[in-house]
Amino acid sequence: MSDLNTQAVARYKNNFLKEVEERVEDGHWVKMCMQCGVCAGSCPLGPAWQHSPQKIFMMIRAGKREEVLGSDSMWMCTSCYNCIVRCPRKLPITHIMHGLANYAHRLDLAPKGQPTREIARLFWDNLVKTGRVNELKFSLAMYFKDGFAQGIKNAMAMQGIGLGLMKAKRLNPMEIVGGHKCKDIPGIHKMVAKAREIEDRRRGLA
Amino acid sequence: MTASIATNQTILVVGGGISGMTAALEAAECGKQVILVEKTPTLGGRTAQLYRYFPKMCHPTCGLEINLRRIKGNPNVKVMTMTEVTAVAGARGNYNVTLKVAPRYVNENCTACGDCGKAVTTEVADVFNYGQGKTGAKVKAAYLPHVMAYPQRYVIDPSIVGTPEGEAAKSACKYGAVDLGMKEETVQLNVGAVVWATGWRPFDANKIQPYGYDRYANVITSVEFERLADPHGPTGGKILRPSDGKEAKNVAFIQCAGSRDENYLRHCSRICCMATLKQTQYVREAFGDEGKSTVYYIDIRAIDRFEDFYAKVWQDKTVSFVKSKVARIAENAANGNPVLHGVDTEGYHRYATEHDLVVLAVGMEPEVKGVKLPDDIVLDSSSFIEGSKDGGMFGAGAAASPLDVNRAVQSATAASLKAIQVIHKSASTEAA
Repeated sequence: MSDLNTQAVARYKNNFLKEVEERVEDGHWVKMCMQCGVCAGSCPLGPAWQHSPQKIFMMIRAGKREEVLGSDSMWMCTSCYNCIVRCPRKLPITHIMHGLANYAHRLDLAPKGQPTREIARLFWDNLVKTGRVNELKFSLAMYFKDGFAQGIKNAMAMQGIGLGLMKAKRLNPMEIVGGHKCKDIPGIHKMVAKAREIEDRRRGLA
Repeated sequence: MTASIATNQTILVVGGGISGMTAALEAAECGKQVILVEKTPTLGGRTAQLYRYFPKMCHPTCGLEINLRRIKGNPNVKVMTMTEVTAVAGARGNYNVTLKVAPRYVNENCTACGDCGKAVTTEVADVFNYGQGKTGAKVKAAYLPHVMAYPQRYVIDPSIVGTPEGEAAKSACKYGAVDLGMKEETVQLNVGAVVWATGWRPFDANKIQPYGYDRYANVITSVEFERLADPHGPTGGKILRPSDGKEAKNVAFIQCAGSRDENYLRHCSRICCMATLKQTQYVREAFGDEGKSTVYYIDIRAIDRFEDFYAKVWQDKTVSFVKSKVARIAENAANGNPVLHGVDTEGYHRYATEHDLVVLAVGMEPEVKGVKLPDDIVLDSSSFIEGSKDGGMFGAGAAASPLDVNRAVQSATAASLKAIQVIHKSASTEAA
């Protein structure tokens, strides 16, 4: 268990709803859900999920902390916003799902190796390094996330597209060495650290 | 003409449905002078369009007849149909009201014999049977609004005035009752208090995009279903679905169609749960054990004594309940059956269920929503009338809040009492 998680458990004991309200983005909306089920029925990926938003909200109220934070459902959201549009109580469901995913990731309770989570992590690491997304390195990192052999296979499978992008000047092979970056990289790092600090303070994670 | 009888001791009641009739009668029977104005050609309002009442399953025509008798027998009430209020000036105890009276093209000589209707071939939408909606009911352009209409007088639709059809109606009348030269009139009235009993209208189901009322023939509204069940309705009381006229034995009812929804109506319309429970019994009556009703709901709100009726319907083997707000409706192109998609809350099961017919239990919205009312009128967040700031105008019945008939009558009686108090106060001020 991560330290953050141990602290959270000690602090909120069995009141998971309160934890969500205080620490998850838009979490204070969860109690407004009236369990009508329109979000669950409207989700195009609904049948592929472990838990629908409706169910997640009820699980939060029921204090099912491990199940909620360990669920893959929040990571399956494609942000189509059908649920937000149709929710009769105007809950920002998509945002709550993203908030839950983010919180589960912070506590390191999110499912290990969940593809969306891995991509998000790679993207973030890639971005904050230089302040610019290095698309070549990001693509390669994705190819090789499941090991070297799988990475070669992925790269072979995608080489046509890669060459096409290069021809169209959408992908620069020289990016592999250094690549484009912001002028003030330490400044970017400071900025991100400060933002994290502010957010953690606001969410009681400091 | 009318102006001469109205004084600041007169109460104006706007709307001739069950609430307006009640408010007018209560005041009139206390000896007050009352003018009851109604926009349509007949009294009765939406109550007259119901087949049965819940929970006793009795017929609205019964109470309607009693009220009409009271009105006919009371010289204190003056009824003006086809009349709308266009302006209200002045203040509590002394209002100056402007009325617009639309031409009926039929005068007091009418005996409701029906000869004009027979002489005419043009048809118009039968508003009483929601003909502008899914029932598609038509009526001759010279018509009696419905069998219980008051006044019992025909109406000529303006569309045939000035055409040979209009002349045919005129020449068919043996009593000289058809007067095609009638013009719109404006009337000024002096009144002391105003009761707004302008009622409700069903929420426009076209706005609920995922339910496809506009796309699928067999998705209808609860008010239309009410007409289907009524022997005076367009199908003679048979529950036939619009697409192919087949008997609809497997009926789905979707609750909160528009209500309790920040996207449509933010209030609970209160009546729809009971109306649906009642309508499941129409299905049972029509098809016995072969009928099947499925109610899709968020919560069933059968308040106080209605709980007994809910318990009774719950026992009915032909009725089942699914705790879920339906997410969307699709259509089985092969047979025209609507297919309901959603996830239920009791177990989170995903379903895709086919029915012969879907009835949307549409919410109530105030008839005056979007209408320019006097500046002094205060509306709530759903446009229901709370009253006027000067305390001389009152909302009554479904204009004031989404209410069933029973509670609308209570509300109207209360509003009537308040109006009487205004009249008494202004009378005593003048005397002093």
